[in-house]
Amino acid sequence: MNKARHNPLNSAAAHGALILYTLIALFPVFVILINSFKTRKAIFAEPLAPPLGDAFSLIGYQTVMKQGDFFLYFQNSFIVTVASLFFILLFGAMAAFALSEYRFRGNMLMGLYLALGIMIPIRIGTVAILELMVQTGLINTLLALILVYTAQGLPLAVFILSEFMRQVSDDLKNAGRIDGMSEYAIFFKLVLPLVRPAMATVAVFNMIPIWNDLWFPLILAPGESTKTLTLGSQVFIGQFVTDWNAVLSALSLAILPVLVLYVIFSRQLIRGITSGAVK
Amino acid sequence: MTALVLESINKSFGSVDVLKDINLTVEPGEFIVFVGPSGCGKSTLLRTIAGLEDATSGRIMIGGRDVTTTPPAKRGIAMVFQSYALYPHLDVEGNMALGLKQAGEDKATITARVATAARMLSLESYLKRRPAELSGGQRQRVAIGRAIVRKPELFLFDEPLSNLDAALRMATRVEIARLHRELGASMIYVTHDQTEAMTLADRIVVLRDGRIEQVGSPMELYNDPANQFVAGFLGAPSMNFLAAAPLGAPGATLGIRPEHLRVGKEGRIRGRTTHVERLGGDTNLLVTTEAGETVTVRLFGQHPHQVDEALALDFDPRHAYGFDGKGQRLRS
Repeated sequence: MNKARHNPLNSAAAHGALILYTLIALFPVFVILINSFKTRKAIFAEPLAPPLGDAFSLIGYQTVMKQGDFFLYFQNSFIVTVASLFFILLFGAMAAFALSEYRFRGNMLMGLYLALGIMIPIRIGTVAILELMVQTGLINTLLALILVYTAQGLPLAVFILSEFMRQVSDDLKNAGRIDGMSEYAIFFKLVLPLVRPAMATVAVFNMIPIWNDLWFPLILAPGESTKTLTLGSQVFIGQFVTDWNAVLSALSLAILPVLVLYVIFSRQLIRGITSGAVK
Repeated sequence: MTALVLESINKSFGSVDVLKDINLTVEPGEFIVFVGPSGCGKSTLLRTIAGLEDATSGRIMIGGRDVTTTPPAKRGIAMVFQSYALYPHLDVEGNMALGLKQAGEDKATITARVATAARMLSLESYLKRRPAELSGGQRQRVAIGRAIVRKPELFLFDEPLSNLDAALRMATRVEIARLHRELGASMIYVTHDQTEAMTLADRIVVLRDGRIEQVGSPMELYNDPANQFVAGFLGAPSMNFLAAAPLGAPGATLGIRPEHLRVGKEGRIRGRTTHVERLGGDTNLLVTTEAGETVTVRLFGQHPHQVDEALALDFDPRHAYGFDGKGQRLRS
C-alpha cells in the first residue's frame, strides 16, 4: 500500500474513534448481559458491577425456563422472522427484476407506487389490517404476522434490489436467452447469485425490526400459542412489579439468534454496503 | 438458400426511430460487417436479428425460415458479446455446454462438441477453470467457443474485440478470420472500427442514423463510395473534403484520399505544414491551406518535411470524388 496514505497517526485516530463508538454501542447490551446473571438485590445495588461472588445468580434464567412456553415463543419468533424474510426476498427480488429488466407501460409508475411504502409507515393502517384479519379469520395465527411483515418489508427490498439488478450485465442475460434459458432460469441462476450481497443487506435490515417488533404481535396474535419472544417477555413486566431478572434474561436470550443470523449474513452484508463505494 | 434475409425492418423506441427500412440479404458462408459511428443502430440491428429485440415491423428469415416471432434460442444463431458475458458460476466446459444442455442434446454429443471447440481455440487446458481465473483474451475465446458448439446457421458478433488491448485484438482478429474459413459459416460482425471491417468482411454494411448507407465489398466501398459519409468513414487517415469551386471542380465538395495528394513545387492547393507524423513506413503531413482548410497528406516512406514549411499540393482528377450539397456522390 502507498506509504503516504498509511500514516500511523491517522490510522490510530481512526481506530480510536471506531473503538469508542463500539464501546458506546455495546454498553447497553453489556449491562443487560451482566445483570441477567445477578440477583435482584445486586442489580439495584450496583448495576455496573460484574456478576461475581454473592451477586451471581441464575434465578432470572430459571424463571424464564419455568415460564414454560418460552421455547414456543422462541419458535414463533423464529418462524415469523424466517418466513417473512423468505417472502420479502423472493417477491422483492422478483418485482425488482421485472421493474429493472422489462420495458412495459407504467413501469415507472409501478416503481414509484412500490417505493411509496417506504415513506408511509405500515402502522398507520393498523386498524384496517386488524379488521381485515378478523374478517379473514387470521387473528391469532402466525400467518397474519408473516403477511404483514412481508408487506412491510417489500417496498425497501424492491427499491434496493432493483438498483442492484440494473447493474447486472444485459449481455449476460441475453447470453442466457440465446442459450435457451427461460426467464425464470435467468432470474434464479444468473441474476440472483450476482445480487446476493444486496439480498443479504435487505435481509439484515428487515430481520432486526421484525424480530424486535412488539406492536403487531400484541394486536394481531396475542394468543398464548402464537406469542412471539418480544411479546412473551412482557409477562415479566407488570404495572406495579417487574421481574427484572427474568426480563433481562429473556432479552439476553433473544439477542442470540439475531447474532447468529447476523454472523451468517455479515460477510455478504459488508460487500453489499460497500459494493457501490469501492469499485 | 440464403443465410439471412431482412425485409423492411423498422424499429422504434417510443417516438424515436432507431432502424429505418433495413433490407439485406446474406448468402451462406458470407462474412458481413455492420459498421458505423456509435448510435447508428448497428447493435440494435444485430439484437433484432438475434431476437433479443422485436422489430416494430418487417420480416426476418434465417436459413430460409421466417423467424420474426421465434425466440432467440430457436433461431439457429449464436452470439458473442463485447463483455464476454460468461456465466460466472460455471467453469469453461459448463459455459460452452449450457446451450446444448438446454436444447436437450445427449451427453456424448455435448462432450464431443465441447472438445472440438476447445481444440480449435486451444482451450483444452482451461476447461475446468472459472471465467474469473481467465485473462481477457481467454475469456473471449471461451465466448467464441460457446458460440461454435451450438453449430448455428448464423454467428453474430457484437464488437467482440473492443475490450481487448491492441496486440490481442490483432491476434483475435486473425483467429476469427481463420475460424470463418474453417467453419465456412455465415457470420455477422458489428464494429465501429473500420480496420476490423476492412480486414474481415466479405461485404461491409455501412449504417448511419438507422439507415443503410451502402453495401459492398471493402474495396468497392473504398474505391467507389456512394456518398460523402461512406467516403469519410472508411480509410485511415480519412478522406480530405475541400470546397470544390476554387479547385475548378463541379459540385459542392471534392474528396481526395490522403495518399492521392502529391507534394510538389507547383499545385492547385497551397499551404503550410502544421504537423508532421513519422510512422516509419508512412509520413503524414497536416497542411493548412491558404483557404484555411486542413488537409492530411499521406506519403509512403520517410520524408524530411518540417513543420511550418510552404508546400504546393496537387492531385489526379481521376482519384478525386465530387459530392453535391447533400453529400451524394456526383457521377459523371
